[in-house]
Amino acid sequence: MESLNLPSILTPDFGLLFWMFIAFAVVFFILAKFGFPVITDMVEARKKFIDESLKNARTANEKLAEIQTESEQMLREAREKQAEILKEAAATRDAIIKEAKNKAEIEGSKILEEAKAQIKIEKTNALREIRSQVADLSIKIAEKVIRKELEKEKEQESFILGVLNDIEKETNS
Amino acid sequence: MISVLRTSLFIFMLSCFGCFSAANASDISKKEEINVSEFVLEHLSDAYEWHITTWNEHHISIPLPIIVKGDTSGWHVFSSSRLHEAALHGRDYKGFFLSPQHHNKICERLPDGRVIRPWDISITKNVVEIWLVVLILSAIFLYCSWWYKKRDPQSDAPKGFVGMMEMLVMNINDEVIKASIGEKHYKRYAPYLLTVFFFIFVNNLLGLIPFFPGGANVTGNINVTLFLAVGTMLAVNLFGNKEYWKEILWPNVPLWLKIPPVMPIIEVFGIFTKPFALMIRLFANIMAGHAIILSFTFVIFLTWQISSVTGSIFTVFSALLMVFLNFLELLVAFVQAYVFTILSSVFIGLSLPEHHKE
Repeated sequence: MESLNLPSILTPDFGLLFWMFIAFAVVFFILAKFGFPVITDMVEARKKFIDESLKNARTANEKLAEIQTESEQMLREAREKQAEILKEAAATRDAIIKEAKNKAEIEGSKILEEAKAQIKIEKTNALREIRSQVADLSIKIAEKVIRKELEKEKEQESFILGVLNDIEKETNS
Repeated sequence: MISVLRTSLFIFMLSCFGCFSAANASDISKKEEINVSEFVLEHLSDAYEWHITTWNEHHISIPLPIIVKGDTSGWHVFSSSRLHEAALHGRDYKGFFLSPQHHNKICERLPDGRVIRPWDISITKNVVEIWLVVLILSAIFLYCSWWYKKRDPQSDAPKGFVGMMEMLVMNINDEVIKASIGEKHYKRYAPYLLTVFFFIFVNNLLGLIPFFPGGANVTGNINVTLFLAVGTMLAVNLFGNKEYWKEILWPNVPLWLKIPPVMPIIEVFGIFTKPFALMIRLFANIMAGHAIILSFTFVIFLTWQISSVTGSIFTVFSALLMVFLNFLELLVAFVQAYVFTILSSVFIGLSLPEHHKE
């Protein structure tokens, strides 16, 4: 036998090959079915998840930036609008105040004029009344004077005539 | 300072250990000349028992089951201790005995006096070690996948042991297998190549442990590397595409190289030389590593036979060298597993060439 010269680690050994085959088949089956695919799939899935997250983050950042510029623009627009509105409001306010002033002035002058007219009327009324009262009073005085003068006839006549002349003069003037 | 102290203490302990074993050995060597190559080869060889230690010239070992088919008597299953008991009394056990002419493999003595090797599928030391590796690998990766099954891709990446295994697996998967075979086909081969890598790696590592659960020279046995190389060869040639076979049988070379089929013959030869190289590389590296460490162990015994002074000097020398060599072998354990996997991947990648643009 030639194999006798070789050490046993170099000679074929059916038993070892047989068991090696079975053991390797078993471990290959177990690892290929339940071991490595779980790990590699998980890592792949994690990689995908990380990539997706990065992509999502990037788009979110872009969106955020967009929103920021948009909001800034909106803010600017709003501010402009506000200024405009304020301006308009001020203008309308001024207009209203002006109008109100004008109206008030007109009304005031109207009232004043009415008051003046009223005062005039009142004044004439008062004058008339005073006049009539003065007339009454003068009549009463005249009556009393007449009654007194009537005791002296001559005196009476001259007095009456004198009074009448006076009245006549007064009314004529 | 402390480290210097510690180192010197370590060397002292090693030399003491060396003294004891050398003293022990010199007792033995008085009776028989020690043959270095025999000693080394015996430790590298497969065995029907797991030798643990020798105490007072008494061997302590775990007997392993022997499964043999006798020439006429059919299958036998018995403990290897029966053979030793029988041998002590100078007898065979059921016609079986360990033949020194057959590297202490089990042999059957036929009634007519002929000695043959029977069908032998005994659970030898290497077989036990292989199953141990199967158990370790299954435990590691089933634990890992159990860990992953509890989680979804959104959860954190693993830390600690599972993280380390993930790093190793993904490194081999991405940098070796995917890189060599290509994005398109690598998924089909990845589980096989990963299994090969971890099988070789764990076997190499266990082989470095000098005591019981390790120490068997599995990947330094040509049968194991032969099996792994045949695996690669099958993976290459069974799943190679048309382009690959065309490159072998009708390569793109001038016609005069093909009509007397020089190139095809060389290429066909290459089908066998590639896995053969794989087989020899792994076997030789691991075997040599074991052999050199064993040899330096043996230097201690040899030099103590000369004188105790040389013995002491060489004990320290050998111990330091062995520490260094063990570190080296740790590296080799990884590198050889890596190289086997990367070369297998490259050969598989070469068997799946894309159509050439000419």
